[in-house]
Amino acid sequence: MTMRDKVFPVLTIVLILIAIWYVAAIYLNAPFERDTAGRAGTTITFSEIVPKTMFQERPVLPAPHQVIAEIWDTTFNKPVTSKRSLVYHAWITLSATLVGFGIGTVLGILLAVGIVHNRAMDRSLMPWVIASQTIPILAIAPMIIVVLNAIGIAGLLPKALISTYLSFFPIVVGMVKGLRSPEQIQLDLMHTYYASPAQTFWKLRWPASMPYLFTSLKVAIAISLVGAIVGELPTGAVAGLGARLLAGSYYGQTVQIWSALFMAAALAAVLVAIVGTAHTAVLKRMGVKP
Amino acid sequence: MTSGFLYGAIAFWLLAWAINEWLVRVKTKDRVLQRIIRIAVPLLFGISILVLWEGIVRGFNIPSVLLPPPSMIWTRLINSLPTLWADFRQTFLKSVITGYVMGCGLGFLVAIAIDRSPFLQKGLLPLGNFVSALPVVGVAPIMVMWFGFDWQSKVAVVVIMTFFPMLVNTVSGLAAASQMEKDLMHTYAASWFQTLIKLRLPAAWPFIFNALKINSTLALIGAIVAEFFGTPIVGMGFRISTEVGRMNVDMVWAEIAVAAVAGSAFYGIVALVERAVTFWHPSVRGGQTS
Repeated sequence: MTMRDKVFPVLTIVLILIAIWYVAAIYLNAPFERDTAGRAGTTITFSEIVPKTMFQERPVLPAPHQVIAEIWDTTFNKPVTSKRSLVYHAWITLSATLVGFGIGTVLGILLAVGIVHNRAMDRSLMPWVIASQTIPILAIAPMIIVVLNAIGIAGLLPKALISTYLSFFPIVVGMVKGLRSPEQIQLDLMHTYYASPAQTFWKLRWPASMPYLFTSLKVAIAISLVGAIVGELPTGAVAGLGARLLAGSYYGQTVQIWSALFMAAALAAVLVAIVGTAHTAVLKRMGVKP
Repeated sequence: MTSGFLYGAIAFWLLAWAINEWLVRVKTKDRVLQRIIRIAVPLLFGISILVLWEGIVRGFNIPSVLLPPPSMIWTRLINSLPTLWADFRQTFLKSVITGYVMGCGLGFLVAIAIDRSPFLQKGLLPLGNFVSALPVVGVAPIMVMWFGFDWQSKVAVVVIMTFFPMLVNTVSGLAAASQMEKDLMHTYAASWFQTLIKLRLPAAWPFIFNALKINSTLALIGAIVAEFFGTPIVGMGFRISTEVGRMNVDMVWAEIAVAAVAGSAFYGIVALVERAVTFWHPSVRGGQTS
């Protein structure tokens, strides 16, 4: 039932998209082949163009199999430490993402606890936290990188800080909502038990906030990855998926751009899936029925 | 002398904090006074942050290359209004607004188009959710390659970034009307179109506005990041990346201030329209019951 209901429609759409992709690749890459043929003084028929558009060196739109071949080649056929290995670049981006995500989570939870327990913090900080969501924070990314480089902090940390900056807002907002989710009647019950604020926090507010926390974590990990990738753009293309994108766009290596893009997508999917699994595991331990 | 700034700023900060602690404890029946306090508390907090920033920068003699004081940013902002306006027009009015309208409109139309086909919905929804979690800004170099350096390529990035959140939210919004309400429309012999206009679209507005709000920030981020990959010599992302390279950090901050104001205003306008359109929704009607 689930096969027919869930997998089949998605698969169909994916197949349709791949078909569209192939047609688009032929259409977009054909002018180049016509140009080459025209310059050589020969005419070229459509049936001759089609196979050639599949294997261009620098196509406008690489065909799916070219991208897959490139990913396979740079993932499995190169040593992991090599600068040409996609795994190497993905690892650099992933490490920055995880460090930033970790700092952002801790910071966001602490801030949310403060906001929930202190009225002045709530009233003065919360509007700014929400307002900061509307600001294109990624615009600050290059500056953070360059400034931190100037004072001698280079490498992982500046990128991680951008991820932190991006990931901690969804966590603050989600956690504030979650820590406030216990109803008055439940808080009253804790009161009749003569529970201290700390006990109320650990036994009621904290468990109640878990679903909210994990929903925020999913958003946060995806956005940390974006932060780490964008953070790599202004460093002058040294290493990482973002640098791979930038180098690819400088040298017109479209296949390289697309493979970096797919690697980033796979990374995002895996990270979100891990958080999702943790989500179900924690809720199961807490006795929530699915 | 310089430490005077620091102590003054810290004193101001503590004073503002004390006033805020006092303000949130004021109990008054007067509606106007309540509203003034509601606005004054975050405002005071914002001002004290600026004062603290100024004091720390001047007190510790932090070089302005690293972190310019707010007063310096303000002078720079006032002195370079024409440049900032040109950047604003290029990035915001041309790229962001065009892309936002096209992306949201397209997402909305596609959602309506697949409304009658549960198969397409089942196939597209998981994909849309998946794409929403991906680092979509990564397509920026490809779009720059396809559509050139000018604003058209930024529009393309913004369209791709805003399309999927809109699609997913509209589809789930159209499913929000309950079966009983649909049955009522059925007993009225309402056609599919009438049901859509009179029942399901109004029920979907909260979801659609949710997407519009998410997209207002995404659009600005997309346009600015796309400019890192190549642009004519005007635009907010271009200005940020070049002025960082020339170590004109005050100009960068001025540009960020403009982006922040533009982003917040954009978000604010969407939120205002939402309040007007979904006046019946509990979150609007309830006002400030929290």
